[in-house]
Amino acid sequence: MAGPTLRQRALRFLHDRPQLKAWALLAPGLGWLLVFFVVPLLLMFGYSFMPRNVYGGVDLGFTLENYSRFFDPLYLGIVLKTTLYAIACTALCLMFGYPVAYAIARAGRWRNFMIFLVMLPFWTSFLVRMYAMMFLMRDSGLINKTLMDLGVIETGFEMLSTPFAVLAGLIFGFLPFMVLPIYASLEKLDLSLLEAAEVLGAPPASRFFRVTLPLSMPGVVAGSLLVFIPALGSFLTSDVLGGAKEILVGNLVQNQFSSARDWPFGSAASFVMMALVLVAVSVYLRVRDAGDEMAKEAKS
Amino acid sequence: MMPQKLPYWLVAGVATVMLFMHAPLLVLVLFSFNDSKFSMEWKGFTGKWYERLAERQDILDGLYSSVTVGLASTLIATVLGTLMALAIARHEFRGRRMMEALLYVPIVTPEIVVGISLLIMFMAIHFPLGLGSITVAHVAFNISFVAVVVHARLQGMDRNLEEAAMILGADEITAFFRVTVPQLWPGIISGGMLAFTMSFDDYVITSFVAGTDAATLPMVIYTMVKKNIEPSINAISTVVLIATTILIFVSDRFGQEKPLKADKA
Repeated sequence: MAGPTLRQRALRFLHDRPQLKAWALLAPGLGWLLVFFVVPLLLMFGYSFMPRNVYGGVDLGFTLENYSRFFDPLYLGIVLKTTLYAIACTALCLMFGYPVAYAIARAGRWRNFMIFLVMLPFWTSFLVRMYAMMFLMRDSGLINKTLMDLGVIETGFEMLSTPFAVLAGLIFGFLPFMVLPIYASLEKLDLSLLEAAEVLGAPPASRFFRVTLPLSMPGVVAGSLLVFIPALGSFLTSDVLGGAKEILVGNLVQNQFSSARDWPFGSAASFVMMALVLVAVSVYLRVRDAGDEMAKEAKS
Repeated sequence: MMPQKLPYWLVAGVATVMLFMHAPLLVLVLFSFNDSKFSMEWKGFTGKWYERLAERQDILDGLYSSVTVGLASTLIATVLGTLMALAIARHEFRGRRMMEALLYVPIVTPEIVVGISLLIMFMAIHFPLGLGSITVAHVAFNISFVAVVVHARLQGMDRNLEEAAMILGADEITAFFRVTVPQLWPGIISGGMLAFTMSFDDYVITSFVAGTDAATLPMVIYTMVKKNIEPSINAISTVVLIATTILIFVSDRFGQEKPLKADKA
């Protein structure tokens, strides 16, 4: 009888060392992530504490100046504005997105078609969508043209480069991120709970606010995070729709690496942005865990 | 949920939001057929902007670059991401929770930070910028998305089937390829499609790591948008829109699960 084949020997070797097998599966992807994701972030973090080199890049040394510059009202204003836009965008997406998710969950045979309608912009090129908004809103765009033809206004008014344009672009860009998670949690909702509430005499409004809404909170929280984070880090929306007037942190960062050639300051701005993202994620985790606790208590 | 009569005000509100979500793109498609160069006035139907596209070498080159980078980065990211998902879903090892957390870091990191930090590193180690560096960057942000999608699929899968195969005499490798992979296939396809779409659409990260010579299709479109040139942008946007729509249909057919679960896991 022949001895075990190489394949059998290899399998047995791995079978006896489960840790090694797991790490063998992980190694290629983990390696890629470490080298091309984690290391660049660390390098950038290092750069944010170094003095600027006028030809781009950095000089050796240590300084906190890149961060202290954020106390300048100009930059403080940009950070504040970006945060406000992200909050406003999230709130408005929730306001517009929740009813859509609710309607989809109750759409019966239209449901799949409506999901498709929401998925379509989600998969569509973000740049193309921002251009579509610009095409509508620019001075000679369709909105102005229609208003002038109807005689509402005499001359086209400027919509681009206004907070309105940027906010509309952000909502247009990220609304599907809000609708889909809320829909997913509404779809799972146990209908017998609503029936019970109805039998017990709760009117429609109180059934919604006391049963449906609390049970869809996981979707609301997840959707809010999925909208808030990209809104905070957005660059294209304000770049295409905001012009030179509407500068967000993303544009500030981009500027430091293109025209301003101040890499350390750009790196510091990136980490200010990352800090805001971290705050959002930790709020999300806290709210989510609190929600889980409540669900557990309710069940027991 | 059961179908139920919705109040009219809600239906009207939802219809308005849906209109807001789609009207801008519909207008774009419509005007890509407008036989007028400047005005928003409808001057009749034409296909000439599409003919112009085929004459523009930068668009053809960009399309070629985007497809090349898209296929290469999707292939690598799908293999690496699937392996990572298998390790996390199927094996106990020290640091597993940390690994799961690490997977989410690329998903929550703003694109512009990813792009610039990679640029800094590429410059520091003198990595040549071009299609190669773009592919490396796309793999870096796509591994996580693939891993999360495949992981979600793995969690819904029945492990008993693999064990049954092994009791019936299959070794681990045979069981993996004959039982696990066929079941996992929809997840792998959904993950791959997501990766390809994200690679094909990405402008922000790509524009930082592309260097001066390479240009993907979104970069070409961006330049056209900034220069505001002729209705060709409407035509190329329409082409991109139709291509993505076809991709969703294809991925929907292969991945029987709705791609919904994928994006927020």
